[in-house]
Amino acid sequence: MTNKPHPLSMASLPGLDKRYRAEKRFKFAGVLAVFSSLAFLGFLIVAIALKSAGAFQTYEVEILVKKEKYLELRDQPFIFLQSTMRYNLSGVVNGQAMREAVNMVVDGAEIDLLDHIENLQQNTRADGLGSYSVWVTLSNRVVSALSKQDIGTNLTARQQAWVEGWVANNKVRQRFNVGFLTNGDSRDPERAGIGSALVGSAFMLLVCMVLSFGVGILAAIYLEEFAPKNKYTVFLEVNINNLATVPSIIFGLLGLSVFLNLFGLPRSAAIVGGMVLALMTMPTIIIASRLALQSVPLSIREAAFSVGASPLQTVFHHVLPLALPGMLTGTILGMARAIGETAPLLMIGMLAFIVEAPDNIFDPASVLPVQIFLWAESPERGFEEKTAAAIIVLLAFLLVMNLTAIILRKKLEKKW
Amino acid sequence: MVTYTVNEDNNPDTVKAKIIVDKVSVAYGDHLALNDIALDIISNKVTALIGPSGCGKTTFLRCINRMNDLIGSCKVTGSILLDGYDIYAPEVDVEVLRRKVGMVFQKPNPFPKSIYDNIAYGVKIHGLASDKEELDAIVEQSLVRAGLFEEVADRLDVSGTSLSGGQQQRLCIARAIAISPDVILMDEPCSALDPIATAKIEELIHELKERYTIVIVTHSMQQAARVSDYTAFFHEGDLVEKGETSALFTNPNDKRTEAYITGRIG
Ligand SMILES: Nc1ncnc2c1ncn2[C@@H]1O[C@H](COP(=O)(O)OP(=O)(O)O)[C@@H](O)[C@H]1O
Ligand SMILES: [Mg+2]
Repeated sequence: MTNKPHPLSMASLPGLDKRYRAEKRFKFAGVLAVFSSLAFLGFLIVAIALKSAGAFQTYEVEILVKKEKYLELRDQPFIFLQSTMRYNLSGVVNGQAMREAVNMVVDGAEIDLLDHIENLQQNTRADGLGSYSVWVTLSNRVVSALSKQDIGTNLTARQQAWVEGWVANNKVRQRFNVGFLTNGDSRDPERAGIGSALVGSAFMLLVCMVLSFGVGILAAIYLEEFAPKNKYTVFLEVNINNLATVPSIIFGLLGLSVFLNLFGLPRSAAIVGGMVLALMTMPTIIIASRLALQSVPLSIREAAFSVGASPLQTVFHHVLPLALPGMLTGTILGMARAIGETAPLLMIGMLAFIVEAPDNIFDPASVLPVQIFLWAESPERGFEEKTAAAIIVLLAFLLVMNLTAIILRKKLEKKW
Repeated sequence: MVTYTVNEDNNPDTVKAKIIVDKVSVAYGDHLALNDIALDIISNKVTALIGPSGCGKTTFLRCINRMNDLIGSCKVTGSILLDGYDIYAPEVDVEVLRRKVGMVFQKPNPFPKSIYDNIAYGVKIHGLASDKEELDAIVEQSLVRAGLFEEVADRLDVSGTSLSGGQQQRLCIARAIAISPDVILMDEPCSALDPIATAKIEELIHELKERYTIVIVTHSMQQAARVSDYTAFFHEGDLVEKGETSALFTNPNDKRTEAYITGRIG
């Protein structure tokens, strides 16, 4: 036996170990990069999620209302509330105590009470006897005291005693805050919700999708399949590619000067927002659609032509069905970008305080990202968690859209 | 309009030229791919086009169904008569021409649709079937003629792309004959197939020539010898020699033909 190295071993080739080390270093750097970005993302999402938790849940208290009081005082809501609170809480003997008692429940609780009872009324006989049991949302102060398990802060001694009494008698319950998803904006953080912003976003996205998908795909088909390849179409192509990189606020300026000032469309309406975002996403959709069309092999077109299909038939019967998954993916990704866009919407005045959900695309509307922007600027403490919760909803939307794009691509992808 | 008398001659003893190619030159931009080609393609016979790679066989074939129209830089001059009529005449509708002159490509290219739809497609767009039954009948008949029916009869709804290569190519042939063309152009139809699938296609070509005029490009001299009645040898854009296959292979006139068929160029 000699000491010669194995002819296929590492030692037989000088410098090989160095190559392996370089490979390892590179791999390590790659893994590090992936993990650090994941860590940042995770940190961000966890931080927002923790902050948002309060917005998704709410506390309610069971209030008893005497039927006779309801019948007597229903036309004077606030007095009705005061009387109800006096009936439900002990020691409401003076003005100060009454103020504290009313502050136990959310602002405007009298309206909720009356609404609830009215709903109950329809099922029972109004004979003026007995009492109703109604769940009423607690005020922000009480909720934050309850959710922090630390009753002392922000509450007076009397209020603390009331809360403790309620908790001891199982009169308080925790609920998923449906209002957050259904209510419109409000000055009162307890009542503010993203309902109208969701409707606004949906309208705007609808306008954006119809316009950008329709126009974008037709443009892509024309440019890719029918347009002659000359210097004009090359010029067009370069411009479309440039347009895809234009900052979105520029599209907002365009919308302001053209759609609002020139065409006189309503400010802050979903249609204008949708049009501006359509301009912004169209180049992306055109580029993605052209790539999808290009990836359809020539042999399919030749097959269609060889049996005597016209160019139009070839495109619509054979090429388009194969390119559609790619086109849809591009569109969904474009929409995902549009749904989170804020800057161009601010330019067209979409930052008004809007409570009512829009009925149509011409109504003043608020949209999710702008709602987040507005709440983030609000000084009231309650809006902090609302902001975080709205961000979570927006992120969930984006996630769903991106997942849809991926699933769609996997599902519709055809092998040829 | 030019009419040609050969085709109107009803004497069965005279050969009929289905296609008469004369003075055809093709250029891709500045590059001359075919130079002054003249060739008669005889009715109901198999004409093989042979020659080294890049000599212009595909280009020639694609002139006959005007597939070259799709290439912007491609310029065709000269005349090609189908049944006596110039196929490059301005009033010619290429879709009608391609109904008459079908094509089978080098790589099988079925549509990514069901076997049935692959064949029915051409029939539908040309309105050749008046109802569903007629369409079914045409699909079945085409599959039978392409020798594929028995293999796929119970799964006409599976994707054409799921068949084997040889089956795909026969599906493409079925697709071509479904619209009852007069001429079938085949561009190296067996080059992507194994020997058994190749033998099947060659057998099929034998049967098909009863109904159709066939022009086939092939890389294989043996295949040309086996399937064709006439052979044309192309070389660097020129049509060097043409004639009956047996004569051309046993007794070539041109030195280049001889060199090619004995394997010295190619
Ligand atoms: N689409 C095209 N554009 C430019 N040149 C082409 C094109 N197709 C073929 N050619 C050229 O034309 C010549 C003949 O090609 P082709 O007909 O494909 O030859 P073959 O089929 O005999 O191998 C070759 O020189 C080739 O480079
Ligand atoms: Mg070729």
